[in-house]
Amino acid sequence: MNSEPLIYDISVAGREGANLPEADVPLAKLPADLMREALDLPEVSELQVVRHFTNLSRKNFAIDRQFYPLGSCTMKYNPKLNEDMARLAGFAHLHPLTDASGSQGALALMHGLQTWLADIAGFAAVSLQPAAGAQGEFAGILMIRAYHHERGDEKRTKILVPNSAHGTNPATVTMAGLSAVELPSDAKGNVDLEALRAACDDTIAGMMITVPSTLGLFDSNILEVIELVHACGGLLYMDGANMNSLMGIVKAGDLGFDVMHYNLHKTFSTPHGGGGPGCGAVGVNEKLVDYLPGPIVQITDPGQEPDLPPFYELVMPRKSIGQLKAFHGNFGMHIRAYAYIRSYGGGGLREISNHAVLNANYIRVRLQDAYHVPFNRYCAHEFVMEGHWEDAPDIHALDISKRLMDYEIHPPTNYFPLIVPEALLIEPTETEDKQTLDSFIEIMIKIAEEAKAQPELLKEAPHNTPVRRVDEIRAARQLMLCCRPEPDWHKAEEKTE
Amino acid sequence: MAYIPHTDAEREQMLNIIGAKSIDELFEAVPETHRFPALNLPPMMSEMDIVAEMQALSEANDHAGDFAIFRGAGAYHHFIPSVVNHILLRGEYFTAYTPYQPEVSQGTLQAIYEYQSMLAQLTGMDAANASHYDGATSLAEAVTVAKDVGRNKRKRIILSPYINPQYRAVVRTYHQWGDLEFVGDDQPYTTSELIDLIDENTAMIAVGYPNYLGHIENLSLFAEKAHEKGALLVVVANPIALAMFKSPGELGADLVVGEGQSLGIPLSFGGPYLGYFACREDYVRRIAGRIVGETVDQNGTRAYVMTLRPREQDIRREKASSNICTNQGLMALAATVYLSLMGKNGLRKAAELCYHKTQYAADRIDDLLHFSVDRLQPFFNEFVVKCPIPVSEINALLSERGILGGVDLSEDYPHLKDHMLICVTEMNRKSEIDSLVEVLKEVRHE
Repeated sequence: MNSEPLIYDISVAGREGANLPEADVPLAKLPADLMREALDLPEVSELQVVRHFTNLSRKNFAIDRQFYPLGSCTMKYNPKLNEDMARLAGFAHLHPLTDASGSQGALALMHGLQTWLADIAGFAAVSLQPAAGAQGEFAGILMIRAYHHERGDEKRTKILVPNSAHGTNPATVTMAGLSAVELPSDAKGNVDLEALRAACDDTIAGMMITVPSTLGLFDSNILEVIELVHACGGLLYMDGANMNSLMGIVKAGDLGFDVMHYNLHKTFSTPHGGGGPGCGAVGVNEKLVDYLPGPIVQITDPGQEPDLPPFYELVMPRKSIGQLKAFHGNFGMHIRAYAYIRSYGGGGLREISNHAVLNANYIRVRLQDAYHVPFNRYCAHEFVMEGHWEDAPDIHALDISKRLMDYEIHPPTNYFPLIVPEALLIEPTETEDKQTLDSFIEIMIKIAEEAKAQPELLKEAPHNTPVRRVDEIRAARQLMLCCRPEPDWHKAEEKTE
Repeated sequence: MAYIPHTDAEREQMLNIIGAKSIDELFEAVPETHRFPALNLPPMMSEMDIVAEMQALSEANDHAGDFAIFRGAGAYHHFIPSVVNHILLRGEYFTAYTPYQPEVSQGTLQAIYEYQSMLAQLTGMDAANASHYDGATSLAEAVTVAKDVGRNKRKRIILSPYINPQYRAVVRTYHQWGDLEFVGDDQPYTTSELIDLIDENTAMIAVGYPNYLGHIENLSLFAEKAHEKGALLVVVANPIALAMFKSPGELGADLVVGEGQSLGIPLSFGGPYLGYFACREDYVRRIAGRIVGETVDQNGTRAYVMTLRPREQDIRREKASSNICTNQGLMALAATVYLSLMGKNGLRKAAELCYHKTQYAADRIDDLLHFSVDRLQPFFNEFVVKCPIPVSEINALLSERGILGGVDLSEDYPHLKDHMLICVTEMNRKSEIDSLVEVLKEVRHE
């Protein structure tokens, strides 16, 4: 595939890509002393813009094009209906500071979603404020800290984090001014109960744990873990990134978790958008209800059936940890998740988790001979295997990932979780059919054969992608972050080259 | 179910291969006492019923399709060319993941690189990241950078009282345990009073451009004193205004952050929006969020890749300065397509349309007997109107005539009781402005 020029490189002075009206009011005098002179933006026609971004799009893998078994990211089909719903004029062109009386439809939708999410995970209340999972985590840890603070319990400064955790977990703890204490996993992939027992004391503010774990396993000791942390006075945070295996299977609140974030952009199919936007709604039990980030939607007047509907308003919880972003969260994502839950209903959500787990186990069993599966028992919606063989010592997980691209499949998450060497974390999701899984399995087996017979095929992969392996070291050493303005350090380096 | 493709026969075959009798058996590690709870949710709905329900919900809102919008305050109703939405709806973009695998993500990566270039150009900075959640969180992240630049020794963070109140609230949420001293926004400081607050202990001062009241601040004054004391000048800028006014970089800003919603992103009741974050070269290695750099592949072909990765949480874990992972990638793409279409001349024209229409509205309202407009400082697309009666009453009247009036400033600024913040953009036709003025004309002292 030819390389696509930068939009700046096809710019021609004087060309225009937008059709704007002339002013219909008298022209005011412009404030000459405040005006800028140069503004280097591209000058291109509308067709040039369309062609440029369409050509660029063809260089991406995407769910609409390829199978995406990307563990921990839940790359499921993003229904087109949800996109249309988010673009309804009454939602898309609604100002966030519209009074409650003029935004009852939007507020009712948010209230419905809050209520459903609370039920799905067994919580007392939900805030839709957080813009992403990481922000949901931040909210959760701030709530835990506020809870202890209000009780005068200031010595609780540590948060326990298993070594299988997402990187966001320890980073979140630091952002909230607490310190992360890492816990080992045992031979079965569960939290090491002995280590946990030893760590639990009155300095523990809480624990963050992903369920099922990032190894794709239901921790068979989860109730004991929760009990131990509660017994020492800590609160339990559940990272809900892996909730796609839990709907109708078990509720976090029932297990004893105090707070959890949902990733609407994983479990509830709102698209990843090449990196965002997402929504990391947080749910809490009674202990933390008053601390939720706000505003949240509440019914302030129950109304009267059938003629007078309830009245919804945005309300700040009593002891809220505060506002996490301007306005009311990523409302566009709320719309999509609402439509998604409506499409399935309660019974259907359980089918999602059933089939996500069925698909993952099917791949696990069919690949267990060709690859080493370190925790080889029933897995949840994902499982981890090792991308390395003793009889192919030069081949690593990265090489397998790159080779998969040649077969038009997005690589699994690799080198995560950190506790498995050469990890390949595979999550097929429920929306993939058996034929796709079979084809993936056959390709994976073929790659395992290639690794031994023709290792160079993997080392040199990918061969068929828009670019080959890229020089990441050069990118970091000779920083070139913009074509406008051209940075001095780039010009200087060009001269020395 | 349209989204789950399995047939009964396939389920059977798969279970056989797994060696399980039923799907339920796969969940044996889940504590039996809590396994398979009932969900108290409404039943499954067909696609046509969902459309009907959601259309009804969407129409139960006073939206820009039916209302003339004169409300801004951080969210702006601007023109969005059709092309933007068509590009965003390409599945290759919106159903792609974060571009960790550069060989199969060059589309997203090059678009981000172009976005970074355009934002650096607009703000007059050397670099920009791939986005934060919104303007408010970008400012919160700027505080983290300033704290780091001040080696955690400089504790004073000065926030102009005329930075969006919601942004100031978010900054405080983020840094509530940060051992910082927030000053500057507890009373209506003047520019010189604010500048006097900058001392040796100051990590940064943040100023709006234009500020929350629409005024174009004299940034050079802030820059001079900030730099004299070794503090950073952080400018929260409206990117459409930057097409017309001198760039913050030219006037001495160190970090420029803000809300990119105006760049091709619909109001959508507050999100998803686009937090942009641009900085001088000196600070590139200290900022959070994803950054894309140019490089080459093994054949020497130009390629793009996420770079300076060791700053990020998945690598640096508890030592990372921010936990940000998912950002607003698709919104950054919207801004890139928008800025490409508008281009150098179109963006300037849109900005000038905002300016002319705003001046026209301000003149007409100022002419009214019982209203007056604060014209002491130049303003861009928002201005402050002193009203004869409470703003809520005026807005109720406007609402009956299909107009969404300005924000009531008294809630956040006690000294601005009965003051309304009116916003005018290129979307407000002259006839809408005239209608607004006609309704205001009916308002009398009580």
